[in-house]
Amino acid sequence: MEDVLKTAFPFVVYSVAILLAFQGVLMIVAYTVLGERKILGWIQGRVGPNRVGPWGVLQPFADLFKFILKEDIVPDKSTKVVYMMAPLVALTCALLPIVVYPFGPPIDVDLSFLPYGLGEGIKQIPLTIARLDVGVLYVLGITSVGVYGIALAGWSSNNKYSLMGGLRSSAQMISYELAMGASIIGVVMLAGSLDLHEIIWAQGHSTFKWFIIPQFVGFVVFLIAAFAETNRVPFDLPEAETELVAGFHTEYSALKFALFFMAEYVNMFTVSVMVVTLFLGGWYIPGLTHIFDYGSIPYAIVSHVGFLLKIFFFLFLYIWVRGTLPRFRFDQLMSFGWKFLLPVAIGNVIVTTIVVYFMNR
Amino acid sequence: MVTTVLFFLLAGVAIACAGLTVYYRNPLYSALSLIGVFISLAVLYLTLAAPFIAITQILVYAGAIMVLVVFVIMLLNLDEERPLNRLKHLYFIGGGLGAAMLAQAFFIFYAVLKTPKHVVDTESNAGSTMSIGTHMYTEYLLPVEIVGVMLLMAIIGAVMLVRKDTHASLEAAAEKETND
Repeated sequence: MEDVLKTAFPFVVYSVAILLAFQGVLMIVAYTVLGERKILGWIQGRVGPNRVGPWGVLQPFADLFKFILKEDIVPDKSTKVVYMMAPLVALTCALLPIVVYPFGPPIDVDLSFLPYGLGEGIKQIPLTIARLDVGVLYVLGITSVGVYGIALAGWSSNNKYSLMGGLRSSAQMISYELAMGASIIGVVMLAGSLDLHEIIWAQGHSTFKWFIIPQFVGFVVFLIAAFAETNRVPFDLPEAETELVAGFHTEYSALKFALFFMAEYVNMFTVSVMVVTLFLGGWYIPGLTHIFDYGSIPYAIVSHVGFLLKIFFFLFLYIWVRGTLPRFRFDQLMSFGWKFLLPVAIGNVIVTTIVVYFMNR
Repeated sequence: MVTTVLFFLLAGVAIACAGLTVYYRNPLYSALSLIGVFISLAVLYLTLAAPFIAITQILVYAGAIMVLVVFVIMLLNLDEERPLNRLKHLYFIGGGLGAAMLAQAFFIFYAVLKTPKHVVDTESNAGSTMSIGTHMYTEYLLPVEIVGVMLLMAIIGAVMLVRKDTHASLEAAAEKETND
């Protein structure tokens, strides 16, 4: 009995942690959609959704039920298996990076009160599910696989608008991935690690506290590339409604469309987490150790709230930009990515290399 | 225990996907099966405690190269590949090469089983990012540099191949410039 408990304990703990993290992120994502509609309404001099619940707070659930209850139409001439698979690929690849999010600092605990010696050897609870040696690359790699969801959706729908949307998105995401990866290299060099927690730790111990100051060029390039990677305005060419009806998801209805929709917003959240972690210190708030002890519960709570507030700012920025900027033309998008963004990112890498070399001598 | 089960599961998926890559007549399905091979290989690397190689496998092969392949297949909208009857005599050569590869694989199995086992240093961190980076830029610096130069040559070659203005027009432009 004791052995069984001891083996099962980590699985139970991890399952609960995964459930909490995924639920939390999905709730935030649901309310990002409501926030987007509200804020877009205010920008355009409208009220926004205000019918379902007070101030429209139940709108995300109403939308979800609508998506579930609507008729699911599968085009006759579509490639069925790929057509069904595409939204699943998109959402899975959007959700997988949640595993490495650094939600907050580790909490020092004493779990010796647990029966059967279950808490033995556990001195800290890390506020993250998995700590990977290559966290940054993991997020980049999984999001780069996510492009298959969109590309295959466009191909399998057997619709010229969908195909154009799918082609555009593959071209766009391959192009901007390069600039995105190159803009991160500066941060990785300053931190000396690919581990997200090490990067946060390095920011706390550097002279500038946040890497946005020494890596401002990298920050701007990353932010622009992030808008393109998530297919958001002003780079939402894969679903440009004025030319492509709805782009790659033209033929998708009901829950399958909802999966794409969710994937897009989860990707927005992931990118915001990455910007905050790489350039704005993640959960690290300068000077907080003077008020609370590192490792105590209040320190973790304040840091976690700070982390979320930084993310909310970038989610707001997404919506703000959407309400402000017009869409790029496709050739402008491509030449901007290849002829401006990538050279700037590579230049940033070269300059950072030289500076880091002379600093470490 | 878990690692063994995972190994056989992933190895099975990888072999099945590799077989399907050859089996499918539709080029897009073949490409998708190949992505399956790459991803199951990446997870295999993870079980071997080599996270950097695993993620690089996904980032480079599944995330970049195969996206380009799928992109080209979609762009050209390739139909199902018909068997080429006029190349039937090549089937024998293909079969012979396949048998040779299989024999080689079995020989490697045999050789691995014959070699005496020695205990692996459990403290080794050979798969970590730090150790890979250190080795690449000290011990194996020359090969890394050579690969870098070769990739640069490939990029320049690709750009030269797709340039719109031909040699003749370039010469004409140069002539015009000297005349002006």
